[in-house]
Amino acid sequence: MTRRQRRFSLIGAALGILALAVALVLSALKDSIVFFNTPTELVEKQVKPGTRLRIGGLVKEGSVLRGDGLAVRFEVTDGKSTVPVAYRGLLPDLFREGQGVVAEGALDPGGIFRADSVLAKHDETYMPKDVADALKKQGHWKDDYEKKLGAAPRGTAQ
Amino acid sequence: MIAEFGHYALVLALALALVQASVPMIGARKNDSVLMAVAGPTAIAQFCFVAIAFAALMTCYVRSDFSVVNVFENSHSAKPLMYKLSGVWGNHEGSMLLWVLILSVFGALVALFGANLPARLKANVLAVQSSIAVAFILFILVTSNPFLRIADAPLEGRDLNPILQDPGLAIHPPLLYVGYVGLSISFSFAIAALIDGRIDAAWARWVRPWTLLAWIFLTLGIAMGSYWAYYTLGWGGWWFWDPVENASFMPWLAATALLHSALVMEKRDALKVWTILLAILAFSLSLIGTFLVRSGVLTSVHAFANDPARGVFILAILVLFIGGSLTLFALRAPLLKQGGLFAPVSREGALVLNNLFLVSACATVFIGTLYPLALEALTGEKISVGAPFFNATFAPLFVPLLIAVPFGPLLAWKRGDLLGVAQRLVGAAGIGVITVAVVFAMEGGGPILVPFAIGLALYVMAGALTEIVERTGLLKVPLATAFARARGLPRSAWGAAFAHFGLGITLLGIIGETQWSLERIAELKPGQTISIRRYDLHFDGVRNRQGPNYRDLAAHFTVRRHGDVIGVMEPAKRSFPSRGTAITETALMTRGVSQLYLSLGDPNPDGSLAVRLYYKPLVLLIWLGAVVMVVGGGLSLSDRRLRVGAPRPARSKAALSPAE
Repeated sequence: MTRRQRRFSLIGAALGILALAVALVLSALKDSIVFFNTPTELVEKQVKPGTRLRIGGLVKEGSVLRGDGLAVRFEVTDGKSTVPVAYRGLLPDLFREGQGVVAEGALDPGGIFRADSVLAKHDETYMPKDVADALKKQGHWKDDYEKKLGAAPRGTAQ
Repeated sequence: MIAEFGHYALVLALALALVQASVPMIGARKNDSVLMAVAGPTAIAQFCFVAIAFAALMTCYVRSDFSVVNVFENSHSAKPLMYKLSGVWGNHEGSMLLWVLILSVFGALVALFGANLPARLKANVLAVQSSIAVAFILFILVTSNPFLRIADAPLEGRDLNPILQDPGLAIHPPLLYVGYVGLSISFSFAIAALIDGRIDAAWARWVRPWTLLAWIFLTLGIAMGSYWAYYTLGWGGWWFWDPVENASFMPWLAATALLHSALVMEKRDALKVWTILLAILAFSLSLIGTFLVRSGVLTSVHAFANDPARGVFILAILVLFIGGSLTLFALRAPLLKQGGLFAPVSREGALVLNNLFLVSACATVFIGTLYPLALEALTGEKISVGAPFFNATFAPLFVPLLIAVPFGPLLAWKRGDLLGVAQRLVGAAGIGVITVAVVFAMEGGGPILVPFAIGLALYVMAGALTEIVERTGLLKVPLATAFARARGLPRSAWGAAFAHFGLGITLLGIIGETQWSLERIAELKPGQTISIRRYDLHFDGVRNRQGPNYRDLAAHFTVRRHGDVIGVMEPAKRSFPSRGTAITETALMTRGVSQLYLSLGDPNPDGSLAVRLYYKPLVLLIWLGAVVMVVGGGLSLSDRRLRVGAPRPARSKAALSPAE
């Protein structure tokens, strides 16, 4: 094998693997991406039932209903629109009424969001970014937690 | 006083770092040995002052000095000592200080052990290393000072985020940081070589152990973090393809590629330009990881300390170092002379293949991690790229790599015999095929992918042992002779075998856990029983426990197998009054390498309790494999030949030259 051929075989292998990687990424981007929506966007976009998506907002006060077994129903709101959500399973530690939540699943024909996973990944200093952004945009941003914590005097360098 | 002392020490460290970043480099340009010699002592002094600053912050935590904002926000007087200490790096400011501390430790190590380095190289390496320190110390002092005071000191602190009060998380960040920051040494060496326009096998001989060290800690850190997520988050998942996890996984993939390509450079003086590029990329990915985690650009399970205002500063550091180093690379790389030639089928060829797959896999993770951020920044559309994306891209790229892994160490340098190697791997392939058949029969059909993956794992493991078996003559010569030969093998050969064997073990664990896991979710009242596989868990009742700074609501379960009591499991809901939050403490019962996993939901008003029970077969192999890989890395690091700084030409045409 000449030097040239060696070089070409190496470059060929590199391009081949690169092409494989690009093809995999493109096909995966087409199939396995889930879009995030607020309840208002969900209403405005008229999302078709069965499309997988994520919704985020606040759990509406007084909306949590526990049914038989581990079935639970609650409503997610962004202050403007509200979407009913049905879920079966254990809710996360930080799931509370009036606090941020992200649910993944799909709408059923009756307009109920069937969630197969519910995330409430926040504590008092943390809220899902999607939720916070959506609420800020809607003008319903509650920085109660911030105020509570911000009561601490400001730090000064001495 | 102590906080001010620490603050002052950090400012002095910055001054020293500025000297170290400039003077030796000027010396190297002017060929002035006095100026170049400044690098060593300043590196050690810089380390001392950063260490003083770190010790000062630690003292504030131990003494619960709540007049320091950072301590007030992240500590509590009732917290156990271990978490007071780990609280130092359980927040943004402290963890950045730890980052800088480790950076200066590595600089000092080069200064101490680099006596046999060429003076110019040493001066340039330490100067580059110090320029990173300048950027990050400045970042701490300007945007994230941990030594700020409160005018009226509060009586009690706000406590560390409960989820971080865990032994796993106490040691996970330091491990990961040693890994991240350790890659800065390879980076500094790469930049120094580019500045000098000269690079040889001695360079690779120096870079490889540092990369190996960083890789070992990175592997441990990732495994530790994964185990922590597994038992803390209560969902039984051990890897979420979360951006923060990816931030540590990308440097790992790049460092793994770098380890292998540095090998080619050291032995054969080939792939120089590529190795330099990998060294730059590996550390760049570390910096990007730091940016992702620390800037608040994303929020996730792990994002426990962030502040968007700091993002711009880190982004500037990122642009400066990555952009600068890549520009330098573009200017200088063409000047580097290319070395040894090799046929496509050869050990070098196999290592190039390894690099191509690892780098492509790393690129897919990179795209999956940053695409949502880029899309949101450009169009405002929000998407989530989760496990399905990574499974569809990463896995197909890793399968050919795994098939190729056993071939690498068996191929000869320069020109290899693919058919010959394939014949030597017949045993390993046989084990793989038999496993596929057995698993397929046991499963009674089902998706063919599972038996195939299990077979692949066993093939990788058997393949890793093939070389050792051949070289010791095991099965052919008396056991004592084989044992003597095994002792005589270079440690690096053992290192490679262990690391590749560990890879197989991890793969086995991953497949076992993802394919055969069982899950039960139920609401139980005391006296009821929940069953999974052959285990029956009897719910005896709940009781309260008081911890130092928390209260537990613990549920007591008696575990029976075929009617015999084999133990108890006590998952709990742990509430922290100081933060007003609760977390779930899962209970684990280890059965061989499998585990029973039990976590609690909220108690219902009627006295019943929601529980989540998993049977996780082979799950411990995931982390055991990582430990075996680390042992392999350690063995390779302890090889005498790596510790010799003097260049030594690679033995050419040695058909069975040591594999590492």
